[in-house]
Amino acid sequence: MGFRRFAIILTLLWLGVFVLAPHVLVVLTSVMTADPQHLVVWPLTLEPYARLWEPLYAEVFWRSLWLSALTTLICLLLGYPFAWIVAKLAPLRRGVVLFLLIVPFWTNSLIRTYALKLILGNKGLVNMLLVGMGIVDEPVELLYTGFAVVFGLTYMLLPFMVLPLVASFDKLEASLLEAASDLGAGFWQSFRHVILPLTMPGVIAGCLIVFLPAMGMFYVADLLGGAKNLLLGNVIRNQFLIVRDWPFGAAFSVTLIGLMALLLWLYFIANRRINRQGGLDDDGI
Amino acid sequence: MTGSRPFFKWTFLGSIFLWLYLPIVILVINSFNESRYGYDWKGFSLKWYEKLMGNEALMQAFLNSLLIATLAATFATVAGTLMSLALYRYQFPMKNAASGLLFVVMMSPDIVLAITFLVIFIALGIQLGFWSLLIAHITFCLPFVVITVYAQLKGFDKYLLEAAQDLGAGEWRIFRSIILPLILPAVVAGWLLSFTLSLDDVIISSFVTGPGFEILPIRVFSMVKVGVSPEVNVLATLLLAISLLLVTASTLLLKRRKVS
Repeated sequence: MGFRRFAIILTLLWLGVFVLAPHVLVVLTSVMTADPQHLVVWPLTLEPYARLWEPLYAEVFWRSLWLSALTTLICLLLGYPFAWIVAKLAPLRRGVVLFLLIVPFWTNSLIRTYALKLILGNKGLVNMLLVGMGIVDEPVELLYTGFAVVFGLTYMLLPFMVLPLVASFDKLEASLLEAASDLGAGFWQSFRHVILPLTMPGVIAGCLIVFLPAMGMFYVADLLGGAKNLLLGNVIRNQFLIVRDWPFGAAFSVTLIGLMALLLWLYFIANRRINRQGGLDDDGI
Repeated sequence: MTGSRPFFKWTFLGSIFLWLYLPIVILVINSFNESRYGYDWKGFSLKWYEKLMGNEALMQAFLNSLLIATLAATFATVAGTLMSLALYRYQFPMKNAASGLLFVVMMSPDIVLAITFLVIFIALGIQLGFWSLLIAHITFCLPFVVITVYAQLKGFDKYLLEAAQDLGAGEWRIFRSIILPLILPAVVAGWLLSFTLSLDDVIISSFVTGPGFEILPIRVFSMVKVGVSPEVNVLATLLLAISLLLVTASTLLLKRRKVS
């Protein structure tokens, strides 16, 4: 077999068998009937989707959505200025900063979650500091709260917010900012009308790769959240590995895929808008 | 703006990094701490290292994780390089679909990928364990290799390849003698990225793991759910050390190449 043929066949075969087929199968699973012996059987049914609205699961769904949205917002508030600063650094320093952002990933994320658990515990560093500085008298119950989950998710996902933002700040041309200030725009004006609209693709991309994974990180909820702060990932995992109701678990996943498609669509719209308008928000400075 | 207030700027960066690193630094320090709970320093000790060496199941899981990461990174790098080459140089049916699928893998949340892998392995009758883990890890690393290598491919001179073609070099020859040397830094970067991604993964691994082949996250999960386990601190330290070593080695290697 020639080299060219080998490369093409490998590409199509691998992606077809391990990416396309599995996704099709998951969608198919989500409309089949659960069966204790054979996992899934015919006939096709929409029952799994109807069950998503049961109060118990709807509550978990909204809770998970809320925790992830909060995580995304905090990542954005921290990541935006961070990326802005990084983008303006000299190449060498910038390389070092971005490298340092990656290093924590060399320890398994489960181990990092465990590290956070130790810090947030009653005798952990945070409570030690709070009590030591006299801010509180008794250790505060931080672990097994929604706060701990958001804290953990933010810790895990912040770098994913920063990287696309740095890329979009890189594309921001200094001449546009100069033009804005030459035309008499103050900091807030040029931020609102030039910088923010032009970095919007980065903002949306960052939110996309923080928000969706956040909903799936079941181990963070398991270790830091306790029983009340479940994420969508916990439900999916339970349905697949413990209850073994695959159609129901698959229905949750397809919902997540739908959400992803929606957000991707928003991303493309934002991107196109910028390209069409030649990089300028023209609704009146 | 930001440039005019360097103090504020560095304080902000510094506090973020403090927050990112403090938990890990505490783990590393506590791996040498005599105290089990690590709330205070009770003296330097290597007893948790000894304990890890003695914990055969955990040690095996650690080695298995390294094995999977190494193999997955290597296969993903080879296959990913070929794929980026195919996408860059060749025309073939369903080419857009192929890059679309790579995009899907990159954007999908881990939990979604995890169940797609589980479903296909069960459907194909692939036993959950070594092979399922390896295939899953290769697949989720692939798009990251492809974008790294593709970016480098886009950057170089097309005439070089045309000249080689005109001189009668075959595709394999062109790849080996011209393309590969030029994209080597990207290939190495792709390997390192894949290795990191594989070591970091929890979600996908916990879905496609089997009883016969246990890797780190699954073992660690059951340990840390119940309480404090100092051996985990040791693992964190070892993982960091190994990765640091690899990155330093590869940086030096690439620098030497540039000089010679």
